[in-house]
Amino acid sequence: MYSYIDVLTVGASVGGLRVGDMLIQLFFFLLLLYLVKKFAWGPVINMMQKREEYVADEIEAAEKSRADAEKASKEAAERLKQTKQEAQKIIEDAKEAGQKQEQLIIKTAREEAERLKESAQADIQNEKEKALQALQDKVASLSVLIATKVIEKEIDEKDQEKLINEYIKEVGEEL
Amino acid sequence: MEHTAPIVEDIFGISWLDVNLANLLMIAVASAIVFILSVIASRNLKMKPTGLQNFMEWIVEFVRGIISDTMDWKTGKIFLPLGLTLITYILVSNLLGVATVGVVGHDLWWKSPTADATLTLTLSGMIILLTHFYGIKVQGMKNYLKGYISPAPIMLPFKIIEEFTNTLTLGLRLFGNIYAGEVLLGLLVSLAGSNPFGFIGAAIPMLAWQGFSLFIGGIQAFVFTMLTMVYLSHKVSSDH
Repeated sequence: MYSYIDVLTVGASVGGLRVGDMLIQLFFFLLLLYLVKKFAWGPVINMMQKREEYVADEIEAAEKSRADAEKASKEAAERLKQTKQEAQKIIEDAKEAGQKQEQLIIKTAREEAERLKESAQADIQNEKEKALQALQDKVASLSVLIATKVIEKEIDEKDQEKLINEYIKEVGEEL
Repeated sequence: MEHTAPIVEDIFGISWLDVNLANLLMIAVASAIVFILSVIASRNLKMKPTGLQNFMEWIVEFVRGIISDTMDWKTGKIFLPLGLTLITYILVSNLLGVATVGVVGHDLWWKSPTADATLTLTLSGMIILLTHFYGIKVQGMKNYLKGYISPAPIMLPFKIIEEFTNTLTLGLRLFGNIYAGEVLLGLLVSLAGSNPFGFIGAAIPMLAWQGFSLFIGGIQAFVFTMLTMVYLSHKVSSDH
């Protein structure tokens, strides 16, 4: 057991303040600090920073584009609504115009019918008058004819009356 | 089985300048490993991280977490490279001694640089000096000095002692953990080498202790970095 304790107690030299060692340690550590900062950690940290900035930029851009999209969609919805309203208005206008047109057509048709009726009545009246005129003319000529016949025959009163009646009857039948 | 250190005394004829060549070697090796690994891992940096870049960024995030836990990120940002270098250098240093220990002759050449109290105290001393430097730089001389007598002037001696104890504890904690790990590993190795029964007896504890040492190495690197940031935050934050 003694020999192991011997190893334990001696080992590497612990004591002694060696200034040379301290200077070496200091020199190497500072050199290492400078070198790894310049060649290893510096670039790594820079890259991480760059990535952070990149991510932040991307997030910002994404947020911006989302806001834009929202705005655009709102605008589109607004426009759609407006268009719908316009379409509704156009339909209503058309309906109204149609109704107006309808009424106008009916009115004109009525007026036309009225006019036609009136003109027909006027025609009828005219015809009637014409007919009456013709009748009067006929009556006159018939009267002359009757008179002539009467005179020609020199008939008696009884015969005359009979003749007149006959003629009148004839006239009536003709009429 | 006595291990000595390859110490060269009185370099350039200067009486106080002694150098442990093993430390020089191991510091250089640890620094080189950290540098090479960091540079290899941070090649081909891309916006979309892949492979090693993910790992590097994970470390950056980890250290950033340590810093922002202890102080305002805006003031702590400049300490990020320091924290990264500390945690990687100390981790690699700790693990070097766990994986391998090399002895040439009677001299212990290959070990953790952090298993030497001089080196850990150098690091901790450097950190404490840095905290004072940044304390003055960030807060201004007046607020920095005011920190010693707040909340009451009676705190002054304690605050001054605190600076020294901080240095000592920060350095010796790391040294103690790693040195103890290496000593126990060395003990197990010599037990394994003594006789066949010793080999069988030492194999399992050796595995367990190496695993534990890996864990300790990671934890100590984390603790050192964490405490560095805590001490820095004490000096640069006005609310402490």
